[in-house]
Amino acid sequence: MSPNIADLLNVIFLTFLVVVAIAVSYVKDLIYAAILLGAYSVAIALIWLLMSAPDLAITEAAAGIGMTTLMIAVISKIGRKVE
Amino acid sequence: MRDFVLKRMVALVLPFVTMLGLYVIFHGHLSPGGSFSGGIITGLSIIAFNLVFGTERGEEKISERLMALIESFGALWYGAMGLVGILRGASFLMNKGAGVPVGQPGSLYSGGLILLITLGVGLKVASTMVTLFLELMEEED
Repeated sequence: MSPNIADLLNVIFLTFLVVVAIAVSYVKDLIYAAILLGAYSVAIALIWLLMSAPDLAITEAAAGIGMTTLMIAVISKIGRKVE
Repeated sequence: MRDFVLKRMVALVLPFVTMLGLYVIFHGHLSPGGSFSGGIITGLSIIAFNLVFGTERGEEKISERLMALIESFGALWYGAMGLVGILRGASFLMNKGAGVPVGQPGSLYSGGLILLITLGVGLKVASTMVTLFLELMEEED
């Protein structure tokens, strides 16, 4: 039995998700953390799309990629580095 | 942040982003998306304008007071649409049962009051997001 393309994409995106989620906690600069969180949202939006939930994918793309990244970017301008 | 390329690109792209947000709001009952995601996209276009051109120019375009008014209007609009059912002798937020004409299934006007309610919620979400962002920007100074 051969794996179909959706399963393969699922594995790729989930691996990317875990890698990015771990990377967020290791980055010192908050603006990089915000951008990595945007990448996390891209991956999870694509996963929603694969699971045939385009409604959630649109919401995730708008709220996760746009709003959260902008909000954290604005907050992180106040104090950029965390010790 | 005050970059020439950034400003021109934002000026080119932002009208389409606003149109996309309004499209998602108005087609909430037909296609994926809805008032929440459409409102966020519409709010994002205003936020991007404020971020790139500065909050002073943004204040000239859409002032914070107008944002507060739109925010209250969205909630009141939802309540007013709910009252339509009561005024027609049915229960709160009643749609077809209150005699509201529902159009052809699949066309843009096909949900009765749903389109108008979605518009109110979308306006409310968009203005709330912009107000949140402006409050954060003020705290920075």
